[in-house]
Amino acid sequence: MTEVPGEGRHELLAAMNQSILDGDDEAADRLAREALAARIEPLEAIDRGFTPGLREVGRLFEDGEYFLPELVTAAQAMQAAMAVLRPVLGEQASERTLGRVVIGTVPGDIHDIGKTLVGTLLAANGFEVSDEGVDVPIERFVERARELDADLVCASALLTTTMAMQRDLVNAVRSAGLRARVLVGGAPVNQAWAEEIGADGYAENAAAAVDLARRTVPP
Amino acid sequence: MTSTPPAPLTETLRPRVTVLSDPQVDGIVDQALDVLATVGVEVEDDATRSLLADAGERLNGERVFLRERSVRDAIASAPSRLLLADRDGGELDLSGDNVHFDPGSTALHILDRETRRRRSPSARDVVHLAWVTEACRNIQAQSTGLVPADVPETVADCYRLYLALRHSRKPVVTGTFRGDGFAVMRDMLIAVRGSEEELRRRPLAIFDCCSTPPLIWSELAARSLIDCARAGIPAELISVPLGGATAPVTLREMVVQHCAESLSGLVIHQLASPGSPVVYGGAPAAFDMRHGTASMAAVEAMMVDVACCQVGKRLGLPTHAYMGLSDAKSADWQAGAESAMGVGLAALAGINMVSGPGMLDFASCQSLEKLVLDNEACASALRLASGVSQASAGLATELLAGDRNFLGHPHTRRNFRAELHMPGPAISRGSYGEWEQAGGRDAFDAAAVEVDRILARGNPAPLPDDTARELDRLMDGEAARCGVEGPSWSL
Ligand code: B12
Repeated sequence: MTEVPGEGRHELLAAMNQSILDGDDEAADRLAREALAARIEPLEAIDRGFTPGLREVGRLFEDGEYFLPELVTAAQAMQAAMAVLRPVLGEQASERTLGRVVIGTVPGDIHDIGKTLVGTLLAANGFEVSDEGVDVPIERFVERARELDADLVCASALLTTTMAMQRDLVNAVRSAGLRARVLVGGAPVNQAWAEEIGADGYAENAAAAVDLARRTVPP
Repeated sequence: MTSTPPAPLTETLRPRVTVLSDPQVDGIVDQALDVLATVGVEVEDDATRSLLADAGERLNGERVFLRERSVRDAIASAPSRLLLADRDGGELDLSGDNVHFDPGSTALHILDRETRRRRSPSARDVVHLAWVTEACRNIQAQSTGLVPADVPETVADCYRLYLALRHSRKPVVTGTFRGDGFAVMRDMLIAVRGSEEELRRRPLAIFDCCSTPPLIWSELAARSLIDCARAGIPAELISVPLGGATAPVTLREMVVQHCAESLSGLVIHQLASPGSPVVYGGAPAAFDMRHGTASMAAVEAMMVDVACCQVGKRLGLPTHAYMGLSDAKSADWQAGAESAMGVGLAALAGINMVSGPGMLDFASCQSLEKLVLDNEACASALRLASGVSQASAGLATELLAGDRNFLGHPHTRRNFRAELHMPGPAISRGSYGEWEQAGGRDAFDAAAVEVDRILARGNPAPLPDDTARELDRLMDGEAARCGVEGPSWSL
């Protein structure tokens, strides 16, 4: 293994940046491996290679130049890079994640588009996300939150009939004595409902969910 | 575009819109058959999987692969005509190019008249929706269009049907929210019709059964299909491909997915009870790539609606689509433009049941005022589809050579009602002065006046006492069964 000096290192970091802009998860995976082989510090690859790309994608999305498919494929590329780099980070890994998240749709609800979008953006923004899928039993939420020592439990509900499950979830997380905060969302859900059931937060869309998650998990 | 054979000179041409050629439609069906045979569908209900396995379909876990033969058999056994009947027996013929409208269904909110913001609907709003629907002549069916927030959620689905049946004669487009919600809803329909036999003979309601995109039948939806088939209650297959989110983003491939999901539902339905009535419906949407919303009013969604309807017609089934609704948040220009384009295209496509009028905000908000305005758009759409009559072909020379006082001409008096649609009071057709004198109202406010007039008349369709009592009994029973404190059910 040789250390890559100046020029080559610069090119590699630029390619990482580009792989995120292109939403190319194969390239991101390959470049992360190349970085390790070239003895580039994983933290440097993340902070100077991949993350600036993700920030740029976020800016382009805000400016209306990029759209959801570009945002989501960029997030996937970021996750591909992180999958290679995270194991090597060791101790630093936990410092690097903004928090651990368990996410899913409540029992009886199979609307998963919003939940998946929220999960993907949380993951891209540095949360460690465990997506439990749809129609997730309350016990499963609790069990996973305990296993992962989760900071956040995120529950999505799109039906007036399944909304009530969010209340049960809040109660179950509390009575299991977990420290995880519970965030809720979905079309029929609003702030007033979140307060009524004693949830720790509500957000209307995926971008707001990321902000909410950041605010809710103490640094 | 298909070429329409030249109509005989004296025959009125039925204007039509198509977006696919016949060979392209066949290509889509062939590819859907290939998807079903090679990719298969996931069926999450054990009983439904057994039904399919017993019929000889190949299973792999929850996935079922359907043979072309079985799909063709289902297509052949499904009736091509559905005769819905209202409470008094008046018929709606869902076949050929006949077009009917019903309000968009299961909204979470209602547009508040005063604040022009959405709010939670109450049971009273559900009743008012039924009254306004009853009054809208171009909306031929009603729907359980609002979810009342002041009724316990567990019984809200049957309570909506209970109110609909008590407050309007029109047949109902509805559906279940929970696996065990079907029985009481069926019993209510039977109570109104008189007997199970009669209900089978003259269906009073259609039940929406939604597949989960891509290519999944959930337990709830599969059961609902089978329940409907066995009870002889028409099922409406609702495939909801969201291009770019739960379906390929290209329109043609959305149509293929819609076809594959619908045909798999058809197989389940016809296996449960061959010959049971079923509608080839759907609610395709374009996924907005900026906001992540499911737009059923996007022009691409409407193009897919028209394409799916062409496929349904090719298969010889009654058709349905979600059109005539808008993503706007108030009943404004966007609402009018999107809804009018929707009902216009639907009428030209000859879609048999069109759900959507009244609806705003991605199928989540109903508006009584918009429903009254959409009723006018539906009237225009139906007129458009009726075409240019050839009944007086050849008369022009004579008419122009004779008395030119056309307003006083017998020809005018004889024909004007059939030729010219007369819009209702919500549409501004008067002079500026008349408009100003009448308060200078915009469309929304003019519609509000209409709504008030309709509501002031009270229940336009009370049930006979004994039937009403029977419905009360069923509703109370279901409330008790679900452990819900019964409010005063009768309003
Ligand atoms: C697509 C869709 C479906 C698809 C779902 C496909 C899938 N794989 O998800 C299918 C066809 C399967 C379906 C089925 C049904 N549906 Co549906 N469906 C919709 C529709 C049109 C769009 C939902 C959607 O995906 N939106 C796009 C996503 C991106 O938005 P979102 O989910 O709201 O998520 C965003 C935010 O809410 C937020 N968010 C979401 N989750 C979370 C979580 C947290 C923690 C946070 C912070 C934020 C957050 O961020 C997300 C991203 O911005 C809505 C209409 C609507 N207005 O919502 C109806 C709707 C939700 N469905 C409805 C109904 C009635 C049903 C059925 C019961 C129909 C039936 N009779 O079979 C079934 C029930 C199935 C079940 N058991 O869950 C009703 C609900 C009415 C009610 N009173 O509850 C609606 C409102 C439509 C209507 N008016 O009829 N449906």
